[in-house]
Amino acid sequence: MSLHKLTLVELQKKFNAGEVTAAEIVRAYSHRISQVEPKVKAFVTHTQESASIQAESLDRKLKGWRKTLPLSGMPLAIKDNICTDGVLTTCSSRMLQNFVPPYDATVIAKLRAQDYVLLGKTNLDEFAMGSSTENSAVGPSRNPWNLQCVPGGSSGGSAAAVAAEECVAALGSDTGGSIRQPAAFCGVVGLKPTYGRVSRYGLVAFASSLDQIGPITRTVADAAFLLGAIAGHDPLDSTSIDRPVPDYRQSLQKRDLKTLRVGVPVEFFTEGINPEVEESVRSAIKELKRLGAEIKEIQLPRTDAAVAVYYVIATAEASSNLARFDGVKFGFRAKETKDLLELYMKTRQEGFGPEVKRRIMLGTYVLSAGYYDAYYGKAQAVRTLICQDFEAAFKEVDLIVTPTAPTPAFKLGEKSEDPLQMYLSDIFTISVNLAGLPAISIPCGFSNAGLPIGLQLIGRAFEEETVLRAAHAYEQSTLWHQKKPPIR
Amino acid sequence: MEITQQDVEKVAQLARLAVTPAEKDTFARQLSQILTHVDTLNRYETTGVEPTATVMGHVNVFRDDVMRPSLSSDNALANAPEREAEGFVVPKILEER
Repeated sequence: MSLHKLTLVELQKKFNAGEVTAAEIVRAYSHRISQVEPKVKAFVTHTQESASIQAESLDRKLKGWRKTLPLSGMPLAIKDNICTDGVLTTCSSRMLQNFVPPYDATVIAKLRAQDYVLLGKTNLDEFAMGSSTENSAVGPSRNPWNLQCVPGGSSGGSAAAVAAEECVAALGSDTGGSIRQPAAFCGVVGLKPTYGRVSRYGLVAFASSLDQIGPITRTVADAAFLLGAIAGHDPLDSTSIDRPVPDYRQSLQKRDLKTLRVGVPVEFFTEGINPEVEESVRSAIKELKRLGAEIKEIQLPRTDAAVAVYYVIATAEASSNLARFDGVKFGFRAKETKDLLELYMKTRQEGFGPEVKRRIMLGTYVLSAGYYDAYYGKAQAVRTLICQDFEAAFKEVDLIVTPTAPTPAFKLGEKSEDPLQMYLSDIFTISVNLAGLPAISIPCGFSNAGLPIGLQLIGRAFEEETVLRAAHAYEQSTLWHQKKPPIR
Repeated sequence: MEITQQDVEKVAQLARLAVTPAEKDTFARQLSQILTHVDTLNRYETTGVEPTATVMGHVNVFRDDVMRPSLSSDNALANAPEREAEGFVVPKILEER
């Protein structure tokens, strides 16, 4: 059996038992990457050479003393907006094309402490702004199920790398669906944790009240495993929450879903949803019922406001966060400028791509004098109403089930000329970030064209265990996750 | 909401972002379109509704004011586009008198 076909849980077991060395694992993945990466283009930076050295030293360290840590020797890919000490972190932007962070993000420090192996940094829409990776300064990644289609975004490189078996698992970040939507498009599992569950320290900030780091994996058990490794309070991120981290893998034990009340929001099944997506999600809901869950229709009446609220709040926060890119302390600097103001203005003009500029402009506008109350203040108030909708729903149900995206993966170039259409494709994932809730996307079927369809399960804040348990029970009874893309 | 090229110019100045004439035209069109969608929020009555800035309700998280290890100045300067000794180099700020 080829090593690259194993799940994280399977590979870890094999490594722990001494049946395979870390060096063999890296060799297997390097070979796989050399085969498929020219087509998929999931990575921005490859680190297979340092991965080999790291693996060999790990093997020497473990010789005759097999006391491994949970992630020892596990080959992961990391989204390129998460800082890795000594390894380029570009955010797929010209602005950071030469940026080598002098420190690790907290999630990376945690993985490193467990002797994980970094295979490379994955592509994204520039600064995580987009839904297709088409906004990457180095060009788009491809969907392993159909190379003419986008892998989704912004964590499209991570999702494509996991789907194409170029790494055993990956980390992404999710501000409005950027883990879940690419996971749905690529037929893999993507989990956005509760806001505050995982430290954001060292994640290049896009919208600070919405961003979360989370796992992208082949199975729900793998996601539970990886979440456990990165979750927890961090004094370096004052928005992280000081709560004990449960044993997420333990939560998968209970297979039947009796006593679980699952809500189906009527607002998510209206116009705009692709009929094949609707059919798959409806059958998934039947399957949850068969597993013992009680299905209830619920209402989230302010759902149609989510996109507008999001694009005010996220761009406002982004315009402030991205003010730091001024060509002075790090990153790109424009040449031959006559004074400091021109240095700022030209550096930002030449360093940022069109979508990032568009969002900075929109964010600056909604925060500017005279418009602040009408736009930013209004959006924050409607955000409160969206949170209240979820609070009311979670009095009646324990879990909410929806499609992850209204359509399967779209073709490259199909939406890139129309920003509003692109924004509206995030409609099912965005409100979850606004309310700070945990949600997972898991495969629930395929379109007639053979593209994966994703099912989204949303839980109460800090109830990742419920989300994972239901997702695992569904996955194990349907086995969609065993279907692999045709790429080789 | 209709955004004019003058609006774009003003906002670009606030954002410290140089824009070409073509960008002014594109941004004016696209921002108008997006803000027209955002205007649909006025359908929702929000009088007396508290704004949500952050969902977990954090206010002023403090830590002890103690010395901790931090980046060396060499490390902090390593990514500088231009440096000299212990500092970042920028174009002259003050005018000649």
